[in-house]
Amino acid sequence: MSVSDTPVFQARGLTIRVAASDGRPAGREIVRGVDFVVPRGKVVALIGESGSGKTTIALSALGYTRPGLEFSAGSALVDGRDVTGLSRQELGQLRGLEVAYVAQSAAAAFNPAMRIGNQVIEAAILKGTMSRSAAIERARNLYEALDLPDPATIGDRYPHQVSGGQLQRLMMAMALCTGPKLLVLDEPTTALDVTTQIEVLKAVNNAIAQEGSAAIYVSHDLAVVAQVANDIVVLYDGEVMEKGPVETVIATPQHSYTRRLMDAVPKVDVSPGTAPSSDRDIVLEAKNITAGYGKSTLPAVLQDVQISVGRGQAIGIIGESGSGKSTLARVLAGLLVPRSGEVLLDGQVVGSSTKQRPREILRKVQFVFQMADTALNPQQTIGEIIGRPLTFYGGLRGRARRKRTSEILDRIGLPEAFAKRRPSELSGGQKQRINLARALAADPEVLICDEVTSALDTIVAANIMELLENLRRDLGVSFVFISHDLSTVSSFAEEIIVLYGGRIVESGKAIDVLSPPFHPYTRLLVASAPELRTGWLEDVVATQSMRSAAINSAKATAHGCPFFDRCPLAIPGTCDKITPPLQTGPRSVQHVIACHYPIFSDDASLLNFARN
Amino acid sequence: MTQEHSFQTDGVLTNAHWVAPQGDDRVYDELSDSAPRGTFRLSIPGWIGVAVVVFWIVFAAIGPMVIPWGENDLPFPDAYSEFQAPQPGAWLGTDVSDRDILSRLAWGARRTILISLAATVLAYLVGVTLGLGSAVVGGRIDTILGRINDALLSLPSLMFGLVVVAAVGSSSFILITTAGLIYANVVYRLARAIGMEIVVMDYVEAARARGEGLWWIIRREIWPNARIPLISDFGLRLIFVILFISSLSFLGLGVQPPHADWGSMVRENIGALQYGDSMVPVLAPALAIATLTISINFIVDDVSTYVGGKLSGRV
Repeated sequence: MSVSDTPVFQARGLTIRVAASDGRPAGREIVRGVDFVVPRGKVVALIGESGSGKTTIALSALGYTRPGLEFSAGSALVDGRDVTGLSRQELGQLRGLEVAYVAQSAAAAFNPAMRIGNQVIEAAILKGTMSRSAAIERARNLYEALDLPDPATIGDRYPHQVSGGQLQRLMMAMALCTGPKLLVLDEPTTALDVTTQIEVLKAVNNAIAQEGSAAIYVSHDLAVVAQVANDIVVLYDGEVMEKGPVETVIATPQHSYTRRLMDAVPKVDVSPGTAPSSDRDIVLEAKNITAGYGKSTLPAVLQDVQISVGRGQAIGIIGESGSGKSTLARVLAGLLVPRSGEVLLDGQVVGSSTKQRPREILRKVQFVFQMADTALNPQQTIGEIIGRPLTFYGGLRGRARRKRTSEILDRIGLPEAFAKRRPSELSGGQKQRINLARALAADPEVLICDEVTSALDTIVAANIMELLENLRRDLGVSFVFISHDLSTVSSFAEEIIVLYGGRIVESGKAIDVLSPPFHPYTRLLVASAPELRTGWLEDVVATQSMRSAAINSAKATAHGCPFFDRCPLAIPGTCDKITPPLQTGPRSVQHVIACHYPIFSDDASLLNFARN
Repeated sequence: MTQEHSFQTDGVLTNAHWVAPQGDDRVYDELSDSAPRGTFRLSIPGWIGVAVVVFWIVFAAIGPMVIPWGENDLPFPDAYSEFQAPQPGAWLGTDVSDRDILSRLAWGARRTILISLAATVLAYLVGVTLGLGSAVVGGRIDTILGRINDALLSLPSLMFGLVVVAAVGSSSFILITTAGLIYANVVYRLARAIGMEIVVMDYVEAARARGEGLWWIIRREIWPNARIPLISDFGLRLIFVILFISSLSFLGLGVQPPHADWGSMVRENIGALQYGDSMVPVLAPALAIATLTISINFIVDDVSTYVGGKLSGRV
């Protein structure tokens, strides 16, 4: 075997276990006998749900195990050298120079008090591989390769002065600056919006191709992996289930677990659902809501937003971060007092803050928070968490309360014995179920779900969505379902509201809004939802609507269309000055589109119109 | 098929398509992804600390009952002379007034520990209530309490204590109240900082959305989470209060003669360093203060390691 055949990274029978400490013997093996290779210039994806050991394996390429873990057998070879037993000094040379790590949260990886450029070149200068001027020059080239705006000056900014997607790419630049052989990317797009995800994925692909470095890409999302990886390694509970070239695994998955993962990937799939009739029974309604944070002179986050939720209906609210969707949810729940407008429950105006709402009103509208980790008090047992609303709203105590708690646990698919556990003993998916159960315990009429699946991996998210479907069918609860993920919303909600820059840009029945999408922003969202096939990314970045969309981010404007900066069809002088008229869709009067353009049913005629 | 097949076929290393053997009915449960939790364990210094603290508590509790002399009794009324060496009948010798050191040490332990403990408890009651309240309520009340706190913190604590005691005289009640209020300032700061971190958590927001009252939120949502870091700080605060009370007594403004406490014993017997046959009258109370405070510190170290080292950052 010649030197050039040596893979950049090779895991050979890699086994990692809970280390012995304080007289306790070594514990469970977190990773068992994992074998795979990362050939030169290739991207290998490690895929699996949380707890599968994918990050633990990826970190072994840096010779690192998390505190409390140890390498117990096998080897992790970087360029043929085992890095599992290196000294501190040797590790110092390995990390940053040969192998670089890109973390999930760029915001946490950058020092907010230092200019970005200095942080990007820091490793190269500290390790003495480059002069300062050479490093700055190299950083500039990387900014360009990563499609960052103003490559000459972006390094002079501070982390808070760039967008989330840009910061993620800047972290790539930081990792690539020393010219490492191997990049370890740990879920680099999981925390991002779909539209931002595309720019980052595109940049990752370009940069890896240009630099010729190899990469380990850790993700739970098969659709994302299909766009960047050459090979896939599917993991479950620390073992390899299936591996192979990405096309083969996706086209002909052999292992039942791989198929399960594929089934869990949500697709933009509109269910016709029950059509909302005009005389439907409206449970929750918000009229002319304008809301913001801080002084009323500051720009509003929401402008003149209306929403009405029919009994037993699910209404989906979609938009990117910053579009105002969580703000709307907080106004509905009484957690934020709007600057103007009113909220009606069962036709009656209710107080704008929780303090002004009587207990019976509070009971009817329940809020489910995004992060179960912070939404459940770590010091209370599950029984206390679910039982409190039973006592608070229903006056249940003692045996009656315990009985009802186990009924609720049963409904969300968890055993009765969980009532004695604390949140820290539960997995992410179980915690999210408890989070839902607390809201259900109030016996609500409306559940407001704020991004309840966004922090979960694909399989767990699919399970939660299934649970929500069942609850809706069995209990007849209405849902306000907020998400940035169009594919999740489209399969669940009959009605969709698309928010952008604090305004409703399009609303109506899901089928009218999405198939086909009309508003340029809705088009962008639909096009951005990753599809489970290789080559999707190349196809989508080639489309017209993507090209300008990635550059600017949302901002709340007092005049004109908030999407003006990113719209491929924007008419200067009109779209940025005049608030777009509300047009009715071709199939239903309830389908409303806020756009200056006439409504066209397909891209071609729209583009024709735009050209003339 | 074994895993070896995927490597090495003809010298080219690739990830050839490979599938793990699978049973027909394997159920893929959601995996646990919670981090393994550490259990609380005492280190060796921690165990020594516990032993010493327990020793002093037992000594303070039953010492005065077991030792034949009262705190002001003279073991050798016929052979009056100060600073007698340790001997049968007075195992640690006698002090400047020929009283038994051992029994005075026991009475002193009782007084020093009880006064300090009472003052620390008072500091915690006041500090935690106001601090957590401040964090939850926020707004103007938080600002006003914060400024009062700033003003009190700017006064040197020993000086402040001296002035109060000099003005209103010294009694156990005054000592406890003064030390308690001085240290309540520090506790307020800490409790407010911890409370601020907890108030922004979604579970507090969830309680608010449910319509819970202020008292329930403080008592059931915030306090259980603030408890652990606050309890480890309690030990640290107790050390400061012991040193504070002992310093006041050493300066003559704390526990008043003829009563014994460790600080005043050092002061009374300081002459033994020059004139006495033994150093025990000074060393015994000084060592008592040192061993008790250092031992509490050992325990606090172990607790804060368990809590996660966050505490030292806040303090």
